[in-house]
Amino acid sequence: MTSSQTEVGYNTKIEGDVIVTKVDAVLNWFRKNSLWPMPMGLACCAIELMAAGSSRFDIARFGAEVMRFSPRQSDLMIVAGTVTYKMALAVRRIYDQMAEPKWVIAMGACASTGGMYRSYAVLQGVDRIIPVNVYVAGCPPRPEALLDALMKLQNNVVSKQPLFQGGILNNHKRPQPDAMAGQRVS
Amino acid sequence: MTQPNPKTARSLAEALQKACSDLVSEIVEFRGECSLTILDKSKVHEVCQVARDTLHFDMLTDVSSVDHYGDDPRFEVVYELYGMEHHAYLRLKVRVEEESCELPSVTSLWRTADWHEREIYDMMGIRFSGHPDLRRILMWEGYPYFPLRKDFPLEGKPTDLPETAFTDRAPLEGGPFVTTAGKQNVSQREPRAKAFEPED
Ligand code: SF4
Repeated sequence: MTSSQTEVGYNTKIEGDVIVTKVDAVLNWFRKNSLWPMPMGLACCAIELMAAGSSRFDIARFGAEVMRFSPRQSDLMIVAGTVTYKMALAVRRIYDQMAEPKWVIAMGACASTGGMYRSYAVLQGVDRIIPVNVYVAGCPPRPEALLDALMKLQNNVVSKQPLFQGGILNNHKRPQPDAMAGQRVS
Repeated sequence: MTQPNPKTARSLAEALQKACSDLVSEIVEFRGECSLTILDKSKVHEVCQVARDTLHFDMLTDVSSVDHYGDDPRFEVVYELYGMEHHAYLRLKVRVEEESCELPSVTSLWRTADWHEREIYDMMGIRFSGHPDLRRILMWEGYPYFPLRKDFPLEGKPTDLPETAFTDRAPLEGGPFVTTAGKQNVSQREPRAKAFEPED
């Protein structure tokens, strides 16, 4: 090859049925197309999450249709709805039970910031207890917005995630348990 | 379905007043709805028993509580009764002082009072003696405050109960729906939204 760029590619005429790639890239490519969501449906946003999963919007087109109700079988937590303080530590516990690598989408205003609930009862954003990869605006966001978030996450999964380094993108700092008492994690 | 009959409601309220003349106040009628105040809070059970057994108010549709912050007695509990036979409503009110903060439970008369009284205990901190299972119903056991009291800030207070739950202050930024407890009238106490104040 004489081009200035070193091409990692595949030319059937020259190489036959061989693909040259990196282990990282191929594993991330597998992961990207088979994210198994943990549907953390806590309020009205969960209705839109269900819509995203059913026939009209069909999240299966992006390989994320296998909603698992066991955290041990899922790697993408979609927090859809209002996280109350009563539920907060349960969400955290479920997140802790998910196997690495794992990702989180905060769907809607409530999950992202507490939304309209400036109140004694509502956690002001789920990122106070677990690291969030993608935030989705809206109250509720349309299913398309969730699919867009999923595609953004997929791009992150293929491009940024190094092998065997946990599921956290962009060197996102994970909150330690003692930082959980309501402090915002930067 | 038969509509609620104001005439029946009035005559039933009069009958209750006659039966417990020294226990309840005059009838207050407003738009066909009759309210009576129970004068002695220790007699709540007796008055409710008469209403249920002799006047056939066999359904308790709601129990609610009001915080008249700054007044004495501070709290008021309101019982909404309904009769499946005569289709009439009746409202019973009783005042509760802050010091004792306790009322006799009516769960033995209407089982539906169970959760209503638990909710009042949880949100307002009024205890019900004789209740079979007086636990918090919305907040968790161990939460130290009663959040519907007027002197509890809307933004909440920080708490931490390890392994169970924590709370923190919500950033209200002086925004809309901030109440100021103890002001004279409702429009001063609970303005729809605080007036917009430009920064400079
Ligand atoms: S963001 Fe809106 S739609 Fe979603 S859970 Fe909160 S209130 Fe409901």
